Amino acid sequence: MDELKALIEKEIRLEWRQRYALNGMMLYIVSTVYVCYLGFNVRVGGIDAITWNTLFWIILLFTSVSAISKSFTQERAGRLLYYYTLASPQSIILSKIIYNSCLVFLLSSVGFLVYSLVMGNPVENNLMYWLSIFLGSIGFSSTLTLVAGIASKAENNATLMAVMSFPLILPVLLIVISLAKNALDGIAWSVVQDKILLLAGIDIIVIGLSYILFPFLWRS
Amino acid sequence: MKKSWWKVLTVIILSYVFVWGFAGPIPAQPILHETARNLYFHVPLWFGLIILLFISWIYSIKYLRSGKVEDDEISAELINISVLYSVLGFVTGAVWGKFTWGVAIPQDPKIQYVAVAMLIYFAYLVLRSSFEDDQRRARVAAVYNIFAFVLFNILIVVLPRIVNFSLHPGNGGNPGFKIYDSDHIMKLVFYPAVIGYTLLGFWIATLRIRMKKIERIIAEN
Repeated sequence: MDELKALIEKEIRLEWRQRYALNGMMLYIVSTVYVCYLGFNVRVGGIDAITWNTLFWIILLFTSVSAISKSFTQERAGRLLYYYTLASPQSIILSKIIYNSCLVFLLSSVGFLVYSLVMGNPVENNLMYWLSIFLGSIGFSSTLTLVAGIASKAENNATLMAVMSFPLILPVLLIVISLAKNALDGIAWSVVQDKILLLAGIDIIVIGLSYILFPFLWRS
Repeated sequence: MKKSWWKVLTVIILSYVFVWGFAGPIPAQPILHETARNLYFHVPLWFGLIILLFISWIYSIKYLRSGKVEDDEISAELINISVLYSVLGFVTGAVWGKFTWGVAIPQDPKIQYVAVAMLIYFAYLVLRSSFEDDQRRARVAAVYNIFAFVLFNILIVVLPRIVNFSLHPGNGGNPGFKIYDSDHIMKLVFYPAVIGYTLLGFWIATLRIRMKKIERIIAEN
């Protein structure tokens, strides 16, 4: 537990020291939103709900991929080796997943606020929409963290990251888009219960798999 | 010869499937008519593929436990065959779709998701080819395969049920196979076809595995 806390703290410090990366990602999501706003040339509430929702999630998808793909490459190989001698691989992957989830959730929240500001906010059930952002962030970051770990072992990892992550992220993406669409339409909680459970279930499965598989990955 | 009884069986089963599949009687169906015979080719390909992928998954787990390169080779070759089957399954499906639904690739969740599932395994092939070192390639590929198969199942088993709309039988209020097969004539060919295609997949895989083994021995000496 202490190990986990120390590792997460290390990730946060590292991020804080090179603040340009964090600021860069914030700027990335804000400018993407703004480009969409200009591109669609919308007045507030000017595009239909499906487009509004899907566009938002695609923006989040690209932001998460670019935020997480540096997860294993920003530190030099020698330093990674040093961590492996200090901490168990399980706590390393868990700390990365927890840290990346927080990061993606933070980015999504900022993204959502800016997005609602410029594109209008047609969401009926805001609480449910935030829940979908929360579960979606966890799903995105847990899947992408393991994929980033796999890609970091290969040469040419930027291409591989894109090739592997888009099809693998799709189950989470499709469910989260449909859950968010239900929140948008203000559908009752009892109806969407299944989707929430399914999304939470996939999150847990993915985290569990990462926990089991990562120890095999770092040895190579 | 004793070890190859199942190869003989494969030939017999597949000959039976092809002859009886094209010449045997089938129940009269509206819309489908004679295209219903595609049930013997399109559907068993996908069933066989899922069986092959499942066994490949088991071998990936075995590899991570044992560290033997052989296990990884088996797993990789089964995926190669599965990728081939998926392309064949896609093509036979498109032909069938053309004649019954009017379009080769309609907007159908099962088709869309299965296309994504194919991308997952194409990515596996790309991932494998990006390594020089055998052990490293084997370990990373096994990790990816174990992860991918679980998401593959979510894609093709869980998600179509959530969407609850599909042109395929057995989904979204469409009748399942039962109605097409009211007098069980088709089952007599369909089930052997599943077994036949699966065995054929194994056969091709074993040949390629032996080839790899020989190549490895030659390279080592």
